[in-house]
Amino acid sequence: MVSRDLVLSGVEAGYDGRAILRDINLHVRPGEVLAIVGPNGVGKSTLIKTAAGTLKPRKGAVRIGGEDLADLRAAERARRVSVVGQALNLPPAFSALDVVMMGRTPYLGWFEREGERDREIALQAMERTETAALAQRPISELSGGERQRVLIARALAQNAPIMLMDEPTAHLDLRHQDAQLKLVRRLVEEDGLAVLIALHDLNLVARFADRVALLSTGTIHVEGLPEQVLTPDHLAAVYGIEIHVMKHPIHGKPLVLTGE
Amino acid sequence: MATDSALDPLRISRKPQPRWLPWVATILALILMAALSAALGPISIPLRSVVRLLAARIPGLTVAADWPANFATILYQIRLPNTVLIMLTGMALGGSGAAYQGLFRNPLADPYIIGVASGAGLGAVLAMAANWPTDLLGMAAVPAAAFIGALITVAIVYAIAQVGRSTPVTTLILAGVALSSFATAMTSMIMLLSTQELHRAVTWMVGGFALGGWEPVQVSLPYLALGLLALLTLGRPLNVLQFGDDQARQLGLEVERVKLVTVAAASMVAATAVAFSGIIAFVGLIVPHVVRLLWGPDHRRLIPLAILLGGSFLLGADIVARMLLAPRELPVGVVTSVVGAPFFLWLLQRAKGRVRFW
Repeated sequence: MVSRDLVLSGVEAGYDGRAILRDINLHVRPGEVLAIVGPNGVGKSTLIKTAAGTLKPRKGAVRIGGEDLADLRAAERARRVSVVGQALNLPPAFSALDVVMMGRTPYLGWFEREGERDREIALQAMERTETAALAQRPISELSGGERQRVLIARALAQNAPIMLMDEPTAHLDLRHQDAQLKLVRRLVEEDGLAVLIALHDLNLVARFADRVALLSTGTIHVEGLPEQVLTPDHLAAVYGIEIHVMKHPIHGKPLVLTGE
Repeated sequence: MATDSALDPLRISRKPQPRWLPWVATILALILMAALSAALGPISIPLRSVVRLLAARIPGLTVAADWPANFATILYQIRLPNTVLIMLTGMALGGSGAAYQGLFRNPLADPYIIGVASGAGLGAVLAMAANWPTDLLGMAAVPAAAFIGALITVAIVYAIAQVGRSTPVTTLILAGVALSSFATAMTSMIMLLSTQELHRAVTWMVGGFALGGWEPVQVSLPYLALGLLALLTLGRPLNVLQFGDDQARQLGLEVERVKLVTVAAASMVAATAVAFSGIIAFVGLIVPHVVRLLWGPDHRRLIPLAILLGGSFLLGADIVARMLLAPRELPVGVVTSVVGAPFFLWLLQRAKGRVRFW
């Protein structure tokens, strides 16, 4: 896997002629986590789809290591970008290993079957996400946290330098949210992945992201270090409610609270 | 998909089975059913004679002719063409059902239910009304017309049934019912207007194998071979497609191409089956269900196993159709519906308790 930068320049995107994102400029470097935050409906998921290349930008370009995603075939794209969504509505009867093996799709031609090497890569990805013991279990029997880790393993099996994540913790409890993001952090450090992650929970963002982009109705309101972005002024402007930010008593990162 | 799951009782069986078991079971069943189909009839030929008659045709093998003289004629001119055509039809219906279900991510998709069979029927009847097939070339035009009818139908059903980016079960079935009724009505009208050959067309419509001889087999074989081979390549792509279009794209699947090939191949084999065997309901629904129930939902196995089991299922139904009221023969479509409808209702009933989709 070659480390590569993900660069969105002047991106405008949307559905059916309606622009949801306008003038998006972002740069995610290998070994860093950039979090996208903002209220519901500002276009976080649209941004992830556009960065994945499955939604074509109407203006601007998404480039990975200098290559425009719009010029690549689906398989070539999937070798450069993997996407982890919420582990909901998965077809339940496949085994966890079957699911992870599907991460090898971009490396297989129409008539090809998965080989021994694909199996090794899949099992290795499962080791790293601590899902190897679940390999033969149907995903319907797994807990939400386990399923989410299986999806991360599937993304790892794609062996792509860029990983996009769309609310991967939204349906998990506190412990699993924490474990999930620690795992992502570890993968970023070990592999030099570049991660773009859409997250709701600002306190998780404060702890796990290197940089934050705050989205407001389709444009980037402000981008920078968590301490620079997660401020009462910026957050109040975008979320439209009064927000307090304190220093976390243990690790000193921003702690975001609502209320009068 | 939450509402769809209530319709599907299928769960993979947890007991580990040897990997070869499904293949051996379906192939043995197919051979047995084919042999029985060739043996049974108004004049029954003992299975032993069937085997010896077939062996006599193998070059370099000498088999003493210890059977009555008319057996060879009955077997080669009447029984075997019929047996092979039924087997191919069942294979086509089983395989196309499995592929449509994978494509629509919906266990109720089947060439009959989504209206493709009726659309193919309309195409076939139009071709027959224009020019009743008397030679091989005329006969080859019928499946081609059926294929066009099937493609038009599936395109309309897909366009209408699609809500946003998914294909919900209710809209799929309703669109199928509406189109099916329309195509059937048009078919009836055409048959009434072209009075000549009417009874042959009617027999054909309810699934009788009325043409006879080797010609239908010769004509349909290229279409079926091409379509079935294409279906066999779709196992892995259809597995990936079960995660939805978005995830499949993110995994690097050429989603549009996979869908196009699936529709073309499944419609081609279904249309060819309809062109020579009429509209036979429920095979494409029941056979893949049984395979999933026994051996799981992996399309890499589901499609070939549904093809194999479809062949033996329809051969079995046809044997029943010929024997039940002998010497009168029922159309095989009557048998598949009489067996298939209650089976389908039983599946629905079972689904009420524990639910597992796909």
